[in-house]
Amino acid sequence: MSDNKKFMFVNRKAPYGTIYALESLEVVLITAAFDQDVSLAFLDDGVYQLKKGMQTKGIETKNFSPTYRALEDYDVEKLYVEKEAMEARGLNEDDFIVGVTVLGRAEMGKLMDEQDVVLSF
Amino acid sequence: MKFGIVVNEGPYQHQASDSAYLFAKAAIESGHEVWRVFFYHDGVNNASRLTEPPQDDRNIVNRWTKLAEEHKVDLVVCVAAALRRGIKEENLAQGFRISGLGQLVESGIKCDRLVTFGD
Amino acid sequence: MLHIVNKSPLTSNTLESCLNTMADGGDVLLIEDAVYAATAGNAFESKLTAAMGRCKVHVLTPDLEARGLGDRLMAGVASVDYAGFVGLTASNKNCQSWL
Repeated sequence: MSDNKKFMFVNRKAPYGTIYALESLEVVLITAAFDQDVSLAFLDDGVYQLKKGMQTKGIETKNFSPTYRALEDYDVEKLYVEKEAMEARGLNEDDFIVGVTVLGRAEMGKLMDEQDVVLSF
Repeated sequence: MKFGIVVNEGPYQHQASDSAYLFAKAAIESGHEVWRVFFYHDGVNNASRLTEPPQDDRNIVNRWTKLAEEHKVDLVVCVAAALRRGIKEENLAQGFRISGLGQLVESGIKCDRLVTFGD
Repeated sequence: MLHIVNKSPLTSNTLESCLNTMADGGDVLLIEDAVYAATAGNAFESKLTAAMGRCKVHVLTPDLEARGLGDRLMAGVASVDYAGFVGLTASNKNCQSWL
């Protein structure tokens, strides 16, 4: 068994309403520290996690979205957004806090198939 | 085959912990190994020894403890998620241990399959 | 790949999202509240039937029976118990829980 595996984190939940997005990001950072092949997929409401311009002062919660920008420093550079999900939310690539690769559903499904470990929170 | 399991929801509120337990039991009965169960998010509440369900209900916490004792299953509670929710050494049920998220990543690396139960 | 879904398709888009995105040839296992998708006459039935050409659909029988719908299984869905669930996880090279 290889010690270097393909890990994909599938994010389908919006931020702040629940803690899943934040705690998922914490796992991503640790996984990168283990030298694994890490990719992040954003589907459905998970796409909202990447929206730039978050102002969280009014809800007295830490804005964790700048962390997506820091992922690059951990060599996590594979961020994939599902095209259909993005469009269904009236968003485009310019709305995101970080550069992403936009993939159609079929390509996303194929990419999932190629993973060793798929984690979803 | 070596299995890792992730539990992301607390006991009683959500079926995730029940499903994970029944999956683990079936895996062991089928001759597989359940190497580690990792408790994350509200799943850390599965490790509270202060839990007292009514007499006629299943005891989810004790059930995990028993599984760990009988089949050497490593029950790991995420420290960051646990501290956020008030799960500490002093209220940790038998058979569980508190450790870092690295233990979850290690499950992904070492196990043949990692199965997640959550909301 | 084994795709595990646990939400009713009548309150959540999770199953639809899974069926739309997953690559052909996979297995789909309906557990917990997703078992409602596998019952005859539910509003999602035709969508699930349409997906059967591309994937194999299974339902976790203990969850279906617990919800009083053990006798309402729609055509084309395979029944599994927990041992069958373990078997599906082992026979597929990877798995994903659609949470």
